[in-house]
Amino acid sequence: MPHTLTQKILARAAGRQHVSPGEIVTCRVDLALLLDSGGPRRIWPRLKELGVGVWDPDRVVLCSDHFTPAVDAESAAILQLTREFARHFGIQRFFDMRGIGHVLLAEQGLLAPGMFAVGGDSHSSMGGAFGCFMAGFGAIEMTGVMVTGEIWIQVPETLRVNWSGRFAPGVVAKDIVLFLCRTLGMENGGHVVEYGGETVRNLSIWERMVLTNMAAELGAETGLVEADEVTLAALRAAGREPAADALDWRGDPNATYAAVHDFSATDLPPQVAAPHSPGNSGPVGTFDTVRIDQAYIGACVGAKLTDLRMVAEVLKNRTVARGTRLLVAPASTQAMTAAAADGTLATITAAGAYILPTGCGACAALGAGVLAENEVCISSTNRNFRGRMGANSAQVYLASPYTVAASAVAGRIADPREFLT
Amino acid sequence: MKTIEGRAWLFGDGINTDAMAPGLYFKSSMDEMARHCLESEDPQFARGVRPGDVIVAGRNFGVGSAREQAVMALTHLGVAAVLAVSFGRIFYRNALNFGLPALTFPDAASVRAGDLLRVQPVAGRIENVSTAAVFAVPGIPAHLMAMVEAGGLMPWLKARLSKDTGQ
Repeated sequence: MPHTLTQKILARAAGRQHVSPGEIVTCRVDLALLLDSGGPRRIWPRLKELGVGVWDPDRVVLCSDHFTPAVDAESAAILQLTREFARHFGIQRFFDMRGIGHVLLAEQGLLAPGMFAVGGDSHSSMGGAFGCFMAGFGAIEMTGVMVTGEIWIQVPETLRVNWSGRFAPGVVAKDIVLFLCRTLGMENGGHVVEYGGETVRNLSIWERMVLTNMAAELGAETGLVEADEVTLAALRAAGREPAADALDWRGDPNATYAAVHDFSATDLPPQVAAPHSPGNSGPVGTFDTVRIDQAYIGACVGAKLTDLRMVAEVLKNRTVARGTRLLVAPASTQAMTAAAADGTLATITAAGAYILPTGCGACAALGAGVLAENEVCISSTNRNFRGRMGANSAQVYLASPYTVAASAVAGRIADPREFLT
Repeated sequence: MKTIEGRAWLFGDGINTDAMAPGLYFKSSMDEMARHCLESEDPQFARGVRPGDVIVAGRNFGVGSAREQAVMALTHLGVAAVLAVSFGRIFYRNALNFGLPALTFPDAASVRAGDLLRVQPVAGRIENVSTAAVFAVPGIPAHLMAMVEAGGLMPWLKARLSKDTGQ
């Protein structure tokens, strides 16, 4: 009987020959990502209460990204505790203020096809771009993982989403996923969203990560892209030689999908999601009278090196509109370094952008760049729930880095295709 | 597990975890965070909710972030059960892991604000005392029953660990 990639990975992690959708299985965890937000500060007191340690420190990756850099005594104490946790339990793969965890996993080559990984943050689904099963969980359940090295999963069905055709210049993976938040809706529970088709095959690993990241907004168990030469090249670029069987981790040709959706990227216009939901999306032209106070480039999904380059492409020889501010919080030190080396950063700052520290920042209202009452922001992040980025009355529109940059120049929501020739 | 009896607080579709535990209060005490729980949806809720009360909501309750403070803010305020047409996946798992019964309730729209509800989480029985309507709903999933009965993941882990060391 043919199986989906998800079934194959879960069967292997559960020590079974095969598993079927709907079954409850207990999986051994290959890698667990902890962040400063829902990590040590919530888990360590519970480990103490239970009188146990971490089941396997070599399978834990710890990143401080949400409360970085410290802005008050509380955030400083959280970061301090995170460092102590790493030291106490001997966690070697601890990245302290080096970038956002989901992006670091990719930069460090820590994910590989066929792995079963978990993360203490909903956007852990991002890891699925490497052809592994990686999903997000709460800190209480990550505590359980730290103790037992296991977690239960109800084997999900797979929604296959195929994209064909080539994007117009200025249209990117973010536009696909905002489009999907509207067309598939945000309630795809019990399903893995597996992306395929020629358009997806032609995407870089970083753009694939945008698709899997926002599987969280689709309400899916997680997102997934089957591995191919792009995946292997990304691992090699990170200094990891892929396993010989890496490309064997694929779904069977006749695997059963809950549904198969086929879309064309050829005529897809840039998408914008209006307040207060990622599912509230539509073509950019629908919103082109909306004036903006702030444009924000940030977060795991929207401030990687590829995203910064999109911003620079629009901003080259242009400036941010008067009365509008453009804030840029690069997703990692590595992205920042590369952007500085190739001139991307110079282009962005010359246009008048304000560079913020690397980290999750204003995306979840934890760092610099939060919004005042009634302010309007267009953002390359993944959520625009009411109050997400600051005041409850603030209005956040989600878009691609191209569209955010074009809007910063125009002072209103703007179509990036008009800025790219 | 005891029968729960409390007044219904109504919420709509797609209520997200940012609304239950706003990021702006992440570094605050649970007291402070709970005071802002769901304020963007119903400013009266945090002030008016009483221990034992029940949330009745529409589709995809708890969509979004993995933040367990969403569940903790609700339990801190004394919410005894969450009944919704459907749930966000991490919220659902978090709720049961904290021993907060979360039941899918297709007929959530039949409940009026303030109705007195009697909920039996294990049996999957919801009685609207105010209207005398009774509903059979899916109970706690079988594989999680022992954990929820123990009061959540921590008491369950504790029991499991002491059993291990006792052997």
